Amino acid sequence: MELLDFIGGILLLAGAAFLLFGGLGLVRMPDIFNRIQAGTKTTTLGTLFTLAGAACMHPDWGFKLLLIGVFLIFTNPLSSQVLASTAHHRGMKKTVLTKVDRLAEDEGDAGSDANTNRNEDKL
Amino acid sequence: MVDLLFILAAIIAGGAFMLALLRFVLGPTRLDRVVAFDVLTVISITFIVFAALIEGRSVYLDVALVYALLSFLGVIAIARYFEDRF
Repeated sequence: MELLDFIGGILLLAGAAFLLFGGLGLVRMPDIFNRIQAGTKTTTLGTLFTLAGAACMHPDWGFKLLLIGVFLIFTNPLSSQVLASTAHHRGMKKTVLTKVDRLAEDEGDAGSDANTNRNEDKL
Repeated sequence: MVDLLFILAAIIAGGAFMLALLRFVLGPTRLDRVVAFDVLTVISITFIVFAALIEGRSVYLDVALVYALLSFLGVIAIARYFEDRF
């Protein structure tokens, strides 16, 4: 079991490194959309690595750790998507390096349709 | 050896927490703070798993699961709230 503990420690270290990169991206990225990307993706992978490392150290905890991991895989992209759509609808400032904005193009085509949809949403 | 790796991982995760906290304090807009809050909660789940490993008790994993559920609902609620107001 010594080897399994060692693999678990390495996985914990890798997960913590991904978390650190996520925090670094959160501080250094220029606008909110890049911050959402850098913050959410790296922390998802980092936490999954950490859960895998804990599962290597305590194999009998596997089911609970798997449950947390599956829950995280489902919820983390969802919350980041809701945050990004909120930021876009409120017209948050984009960095000058942004080349393509498909959502703005789609809503530009729809024109007044977007407004009626929003009103129906509120009802 | 494994203990050393464990301590190193905890210190690095603490650094990640500090960086996210810096964005939470600096954040020019409200939504930046919400994003930082989201990242902080995910890092906190990692800390709870670390606590479970240190104590050697699996009860903390239930705490981590409920914490993940509540933080997810909180972020969704705040984001939907900001979509209509202001």
